[in-house]
Amino acid sequence: MGDHGPAKGFGRWLYTTNHKDIGSMYLWFSFAMFLLGGVFALVIRAELFQPGLQLVEPEFFNQMTTMHGLIMVFGAVMPAFVGLANWLIPMMIGAPDMALPRMNNWSFWILPFAFAMLTSTLFMEGGGPNFGWTFYAPLSTTYAPPSVTYFIFAVHIMGASSIMGSINIIATILNMRAPGMTLMKMPLFVWTWLITAYLLIAVMPVLAGCVTMMLMDIHFGTSFFNAAGGGDPVLFQHVFWFFGHPEVYIMILPAFGVASAIIPTFARKPLFGYASMVYATASIAFLSFIVWAHHMFTVGMPIAGELFFMYATMLIAVPTGVKVFNWVTTMFRGSMTFETPMLFAIAFVILFTIGGFSGLMLAIAPADFQYHDTYFVVAHFHYVLVPGAIFSIFAAVYYWLPKWSGKMYDERLGKAHFWLSFVGLNVTFFPMHFVGLAGMPRRIPDYALQFADFNMIASCGAFLFGFSQVFFLYIVIKTIRSGKKATDEVWENPEGLEWTIPSPAPYHTFTTPPAIK
Amino acid sequence: MRKQQGQTSTASLVKMLVCVVIGMFFFGFALVPLYDLFCEVTGLNGKTNEQAYIPAEQLVDTSREVTVQFVATNNESMPWMFKPEVFKLKVHPGQEIRTTFYAKNPRSMAMVGQAIPSVSPGKAAAYFHKTECFCFNSQPLMAGEEVDMPVSFIVDRDLPASVHTITLSYTLFDITDSKQGRAAVSELASL
Repeated sequence: MGDHGPAKGFGRWLYTTNHKDIGSMYLWFSFAMFLLGGVFALVIRAELFQPGLQLVEPEFFNQMTTMHGLIMVFGAVMPAFVGLANWLIPMMIGAPDMALPRMNNWSFWILPFAFAMLTSTLFMEGGGPNFGWTFYAPLSTTYAPPSVTYFIFAVHIMGASSIMGSINIIATILNMRAPGMTLMKMPLFVWTWLITAYLLIAVMPVLAGCVTMMLMDIHFGTSFFNAAGGGDPVLFQHVFWFFGHPEVYIMILPAFGVASAIIPTFARKPLFGYASMVYATASIAFLSFIVWAHHMFTVGMPIAGELFFMYATMLIAVPTGVKVFNWVTTMFRGSMTFETPMLFAIAFVILFTIGGFSGLMLAIAPADFQYHDTYFVVAHFHYVLVPGAIFSIFAAVYYWLPKWSGKMYDERLGKAHFWLSFVGLNVTFFPMHFVGLAGMPRRIPDYALQFADFNMIASCGAFLFGFSQVFFLYIVIKTIRSGKKATDEVWENPEGLEWTIPSPAPYHTFTTPPAIK
Repeated sequence: MRKQQGQTSTASLVKMLVCVVIGMFFFGFALVPLYDLFCEVTGLNGKTNEQAYIPAEQLVDTSREVTVQFVATNNESMPWMFKPEVFKLKVHPGQEIRTTFYAKNPRSMAMVGQAIPSVSPGKAAAYFHKTECFCFNSQPLMAGEEVDMPVSFIVDRDLPASVHTITLSYTLFDITDSKQGRAAVSELASL
């Protein structure tokens, strides 16, 4: 088995059950979706460059905000983390492959169909989904364009893919660890993914149920969300956010795992507070189930409800704070160097914390009535998702690409990519805090004149950020084609089983389990 | 497959996880009755009884007066004229009161309306009993037809003392195009 290589041609990718092949396909697919979602974002920012309607019709603008959100959440961030899980989890726990390799192939290959279906709605009569990525009923039922049915089936398929991926990851982590790799010896990336996978199998079915109810309301005459028939539109929001809040942790917990792998390597110190990191992750996952209504403080909840969801939300700051302090303490008095993965990881810690603080502001129920549905919310969740999820994925790619491809990326170009992204990101999203606090609503194609300056700045930043990602594509391709050969260890004394195998990682690894110290 | 001692097999682990997935799918649907139950128990949402209340022998508490306000709202493009006969009444708890709402279909075609009630404050909803209400059924109207629709109610004697005013609000929805609405229109036409 050891020197059994991959098949030739396109069939290799179609029929592969190899976790490394599937991981690569997930990563390339998610990058393609990232660029597509990015183009949609740039349409939004181009329209908002100046007040007034210049480039697109308001109906199309709404389709852009919706599709940008859906593609980035379900097409870019989630598949990228599943790709990292596929590549790294077997190598980190000393397993030869994932536990269910054929299902692994399937869970990837249904994704392109889901997104082809979703994107095709843009060319249909009546246009694509235009009700925001949160698709609140009755906007997404009674008033939806006819293409909403395609959207519903696309969400079903994405959900099925995520659920299969999660079952696979749980089975791999629980059953495939090398002898001696106890749960509390697992790298944190594995831990965070184990918990994320449990979150996914708990909430993706609820999302599937939610869109199924929409489908029944639209086509079969039921009235789940239709007030005229005795249903309740507010119920939609409860069901959606019961999925939606754990979903935001699904997008950030694996990022915590990535940061916990990278920071110790470049601080040249072991991770501070390993066990507390594990417990903090588990607490965040638990809390994520009981805070959903903080997204809907303004629907008319009783005071007891507002208070409960406000305090429960603020409680999340405690385990998150534990993590941030652990990362900072890991760096404290370390022999730090600032290679590209470390730069992204440090930016992750700082900027994610800013996003966390604006989240705390939004958690204050009485203040939220002012912030609700303004650009402040947009600034908040972009600060946790872009430097949170996306930066950690960049960091992970720079950190492990030498192991995957056997080639070292160009450090100068990597740093340039970091600084362009860092500046672009902050120029784009920081001004949104100000226009949001001043009252600019989100999801509008036109705005009052007093918001013009900050919007123009944000649009400039967005184009800078967008084009830096094309530069990232260039760096990755250049590395794979003509990078310098990487050593097996790549970094200075990195921790983890993945660094004990040659670079590039052979097609089959750990066919005999490694010895664990 | 690598197997360590005391470990469940991958097959049974996957079975367990699939059960969790199926369970959570149905939990999503279970949220619907749970939500209604939660609203009913806590009186949130101002939901009132959906079937006629059968009054038990109840004495009228003449020492106390509660103001009941009536609100009629049309949902978005509903073209009917819709208003209460009186805008407010002073009632004694325990007393059965009857009033009407006026509706007129100004269109040149038959239409079906459905009124959805809501009581405010929410905590009064459980003490507001409707013995008869036009909202229990949909309301078909021929072109140009008008109607006085009755509602009878009793305010419970156990109504918390802190409540002095109760607002009964109806939102009128156009359900002509729904399955129920089409059935009502064809029934109207066959008369």
